[in-house]
Amino acid sequence: MLSAVANGFVSALRRIGGRTVTIVAWLGYATRFGAAVILETPAAFSRLSLTMREIYFSGVLSLVIILVSGLFVGMVLALQGYDVLQRYGAAESLGVLVALSLVRELGPVVAGLLFASRAGSAITAEIGLMKATEQLSAMEMMAVDPLARVVAPRFWGGIISMPLLAALFSTLGIFGAYLVGVKLIGIDTGAFWSNMQAGVDFRYDIVNGVIKSIVFGIAVSLIAVFEGYDARPTAEGVSTATTRTVVESSLAILGLDFVLTVFMFRGVG
Amino acid sequence: MNLNRSALDLWVGVFVAVGIAAILFLALKVGNLVNFGSVPGYRLEAHFDNIGGLKARAPVKAAGVVVGRVESIKLDPTSYQAVVTLRIDQGYQFTKDTIASILTSGLLGDVYIGLDPGGDPQMLADGGKVGKTQSGIVLEKLIGQFLFDKAATGSAATGGTK
Repeated sequence: MLSAVANGFVSALRRIGGRTVTIVAWLGYATRFGAAVILETPAAFSRLSLTMREIYFSGVLSLVIILVSGLFVGMVLALQGYDVLQRYGAAESLGVLVALSLVRELGPVVAGLLFASRAGSAITAEIGLMKATEQLSAMEMMAVDPLARVVAPRFWGGIISMPLLAALFSTLGIFGAYLVGVKLIGIDTGAFWSNMQAGVDFRYDIVNGVIKSIVFGIAVSLIAVFEGYDARPTAEGVSTATTRTVVESSLAILGLDFVLTVFMFRGVG
Repeated sequence: MNLNRSALDLWVGVFVAVGIAAILFLALKVGNLVNFGSVPGYRLEAHFDNIGGLKARAPVKAAGVVVGRVESIKLDPTSYQAVVTLRIDQGYQFTKDTIASILTSGLLGDVYIGLDPGGDPQMLADGGKVGKTQSGIVLEKLIGQFLFDKAATGSAATGGTK
């Protein structure tokens, strides 16, 4: 009786230890993979047409969802912001409220989440399927490095696309807020723009927002190519890897956003 | 997807161009980059007994017009005064007897520095010190002083009747 309990306890401990070792080893493999991809950077830029193709797939084809989401997020922000601001007689501050929330937070974060689910999942599925159908092994046999030919262009395509998509998201959001705030509700155009220009600083708000979007682009692209490369070469493995990309990218974006915000916007002056 | 090279290049080019245009729009129209950094300026120094709620990057205004920004705020370790460095846009000159005061726009508004030029023919140069300053108002001190005065006059009045 007692020995059975002790055995159960020991095997539970063993399982915890085994899982920990697996996770740490996985983390080490992911870091080594990330370093290898970054070392292949010249390959992505010496064969520019491959990277261009990836910018087309992850950037241009994501435009529709990014632009439409940005427009609607901006319009909703304007409606909700106006509702609260007019209680304090500060409806003219709508411009600065919308611009700061979009440029600092919502632009990079929401565009990053959309990018992870629209482009990141596609990258993982593509690389995972290449692995499952042994195309990657075939490349290796022909002395073509799959990291240089397949992974690096997708990685860099994502990094280049992401800040541009985030900036477009913010721009469309501000345009949506302008439509609702000025055209629909009837806030004065001059007050809307001048409050925005007085409240938004280029270095502090816009550059920090762009830095955020670049960091999110690196995180999402790296997770997407890694999960694809690491996928089990079965149909189920590819589907699991795609799910993991979306979940891990979203968590990474939200976590990184908190860390970056602490460093960027904490106690000025 | 069998796009040929030129169509693909065109789409990527459009995407990159529109993206860069969006960043430019944010910088110029939203962030109002026009008078950032690129406008050359010079520094002035002002010593205050108390800066109240003044923060770095607060605007410096003369007659309500923004003429510069607060660059840094330090404490002078010997005189225990606050040393505020102002960055004034080139093209604005202030007289040597200018008064710098810490003001608040509205009851709950932002704190800024107001410059009131005098009639001195000489102008402040780069690194110059604004001689006359007026400290910020600390609301708690004001209320405390008001209550103290009330109490003092009240006890004097009761003392008088005795």
